[in-house]
Amino acid sequence: MAFRAVMSRRVTNRSSDIGARWMSTWWGNVEPAAKDPILGVTEAFLADPSPSKVNVGVGAYRDDNGKPVVLECVREAERRIAGHSNMEYLPMGGSVKMVEETLKLAYGENSEFIKDKRIAAVQSLSGTGACRLFADFQKRFRPDSQIYIPVPTWANHHNIWRDAQVPQRTFHYYLPETRGLDFASLMDDIKNAPNGSFFLLHACAHNPTGVDPTEEQWREMSYQFKAKGHFAFFDMAYQGFASGDPERDAKSIRIFLEDGHLIGIAQSYAKNMGLYGQRVGCLSVLCEDEKQAVAVKSQLQQLARPMYSNPPLHGALIVSTILGDPELKNLWLKEVKVMADRIIGMRTALRENLEKLGSPLSWEHITNQIGMFCYSGLTPEQVDRLTSEFHIYLTRNGRISMAGITTGNVGYLANAINEVSKSA
Amino acid sequence: MTSTSTSTMLSLASASLTASLSVHENLKGRLKLGGGSLSFNKEKANPFIKTKSFSRISMVAAIKVSRFEGVTMAPPDPILGVSEAFKADNDQKKLNLGVGAYRTEELQPYVLNVVKKAENLMVERGENKEYLPIEGLAAFNKVTAELLFGASNPVIKEQRVATVQGLSGTGSLRLAAALIERYFPGAKVLISSPTWGNHKNIFNDARVPWSEYRYYDPKTVGLDFDGMIADIKAAPEGSFVLLHGCAHNPTGIDPTPEQWEKIADVIQEKNHIPFFDVAYQGFASGSLDADAGSVRLFAARGMELLVAQSYSKNLGLYAERIGAINVVCTSADAATRVKSQLKRLARPMYSNPPIHGAKIVANVVGDPTLFNEWKAEMEMMAGRIKNVRQKLYDSLTAKDKSGKDWSFILKQIGMFSFTGLNKAQSDNMTNKWHVYMTKDGRISLAGLSLAKCEYLADAIIDSYHNVS
Repeated sequence: MAFRAVMSRRVTNRSSDIGARWMSTWWGNVEPAAKDPILGVTEAFLADPSPSKVNVGVGAYRDDNGKPVVLECVREAERRIAGHSNMEYLPMGGSVKMVEETLKLAYGENSEFIKDKRIAAVQSLSGTGACRLFADFQKRFRPDSQIYIPVPTWANHHNIWRDAQVPQRTFHYYLPETRGLDFASLMDDIKNAPNGSFFLLHACAHNPTGVDPTEEQWREMSYQFKAKGHFAFFDMAYQGFASGDPERDAKSIRIFLEDGHLIGIAQSYAKNMGLYGQRVGCLSVLCEDEKQAVAVKSQLQQLARPMYSNPPLHGALIVSTILGDPELKNLWLKEVKVMADRIIGMRTALRENLEKLGSPLSWEHITNQIGMFCYSGLTPEQVDRLTSEFHIYLTRNGRISMAGITTGNVGYLANAINEVSKSA
Repeated sequence: MTSTSTSTMLSLASASLTASLSVHENLKGRLKLGGGSLSFNKEKANPFIKTKSFSRISMVAAIKVSRFEGVTMAPPDPILGVSEAFKADNDQKKLNLGVGAYRTEELQPYVLNVVKKAENLMVERGENKEYLPIEGLAAFNKVTAELLFGASNPVIKEQRVATVQGLSGTGSLRLAAALIERYFPGAKVLISSPTWGNHKNIFNDARVPWSEYRYYDPKTVGLDFDGMIADIKAAPEGSFVLLHGCAHNPTGIDPTPEQWEKIADVIQEKNHIPFFDVAYQGFASGSLDADAGSVRLFAARGMELLVAQSYSKNLGLYAERIGAINVVCTSADAATRVKSQLKRLARPMYSNPPIHGAKIVANVVGDPTLFNEWKAEMEMMAGRIKNVRQKLYDSLTAKDKSGKDWSFILKQIGMFSFTGLNKAQSDNMTNKWHVYMTKDGRISLAGLSLAKCEYLADAIIDSYHNVS
């Protein structure tokens, strides 16, 4: 009480004359940051009053009514944990149970690496946080290394390794002419990179193109990686979401593991468990032995501590509740398949609609590609027309989020795409 | 695998250049090499042939040496490591006065009733879990700034505060540090001696140089005010001065209102930027407004400042990682620009912050009934700490016949007390008395019950007088 009285007295005496002195600011040289290209699309969409607007921008799943979905298994898990009796800090490495279950998904239920405790793993802030932790770890312990990033890739990958101060190189990935994989150039880039280079690979459902290597191509890449002694870092944000089968979606990783690579993996539950806003994922690094895994884990924790001390609990609890209960886990697997199947169905529908409209272009790539995104091949100018004339929102690289397509809007979307592209 | 069996395996391998698959399968994954390179065969196999040939074995051998060979074991975290050591101790009398997490009188963790109510409300409403915007939940950002400055404060009314939800105090500090590194390259942050252990890590990892200002005076177990002012004055103009808004961690020693005024004077004189870490608003005195007094004093002078907030302690939301970074600017335009740049720093760190804790805070603070309940629970928690301080002080003065002045226990505020014990004495507390604390002599009163005060007093007196 006394403190408050003292405060108010002092304030009235001093604020007027002091205030005048402080019209200048510390922040004069702070420019407004450019809008995030992906998240900015949703902002623009929300601001549009048109009743026929369609959002095929950000990669968050929507049901056939265009509504966000919270999985039943997640609701049930939340019911079980609501008002629970413990909010204590997680360890710096996060929820042990959640990490254990997450490793099984990536490495295999009966993985020898898990049994032998050779994996250094920590809970992370979804996929972004896992990539960032790895980038910081790479910078600290391999300061002379750089990262090879596919062209194109999720835009935030560049931000992550840049802010971690790891120099970036690129490797060929997407071939516009075929709307498919530029495999020959990709292999050349792998061969031409200096031995022992670090590569960022999308394990499945490449973002933004939807173009994945075939199993055979993965095997060839793995072989060439061995020949060059490269390090493979997998970003797996869509396990289960791509084909509907988590085991199948992890195939690329399993191939590299079989071939003896010591890899790193970033995993996310944002899409496959619909836990977007909870920020739950995992970073793992496969090591030579248990001793090294313990050391690496301790260093990952050391990097996490000055970033956020320890990761958030809620999402991790949901994950471990679901994956730790056979019934809930089965429910989850079913629900993931439903989401993946709906996407696959929309791919077919979009392609068929375009072909029925008599579009002169080939739209095979829509069904060849996989996962949440489709690289339509539309130019930025065509995208701008889609937005300004048809109120369809997507990123200017022509990436369509299939999750935003419904049986209700697929006809409208096909028509619009046809309109802007038929004279191309 | 012993070295003899390794060599056996190797000779097996070289003997079976055209071996069946089974040998290869046996070796796969279990070949551990001592470090020297091995090549079984120099022939080149066609890379596109699918057979699992001997060349696979040499490849397996070649890549077994990890990229991360040189990675050594990191030291245990000085604060979080204490709890781990405590867990491992089997002695009945053990006492955990390490990490600052509130405990009830029964020494149990405490989830606030308002938090349980808010969570149940959220489950009933069945809200979705879509990504928050990069800056976090708008409803949370609004209430957190209002809680800190007061809803009718000019900085709020004039929209001069850039507020971004952060990963509790740590994450909010880290965002601010990154902002400093980017826009004030070379500028130093002045931190108190001592301060929370993780402050240095945060600025180190953000590549922001720092130096210390005197704070704790061991002679008085109080504030070295003259030293503090002198060091702030001596720092290069335009430095950032990290201040604990209330309940200084680890000492529990806060400046008086008059001292805050003088600190503000010297900061203005030297054109420094005040940077507040507010981790205990409401937890120090029991009053949210009183504990924000120092921040409001600086804002009222028209100063631009940075303030990191945390809801770990005052709402017991430790594990949900909920807090905020606030930058008070002289104009709404500057605040908008600063906010956009904070977002640009957050995006490559974690894209957008976790939703759960933000919703809890927004629900509790935004609902008058829940807000009042919260205030009552906080007064209860702060009250328990005050009672424990009193009991500890009473026990110490009753048992210690040396005439030492223990009143600093009562003068200090918040969760922590700097006992004045040195490292050796702190070790004695742990090794002889099974009292777990940090090596700087800090005890967390939140982990102390009335019932254990006498035992703790015995331990402190023994360590202080009998160990040097």
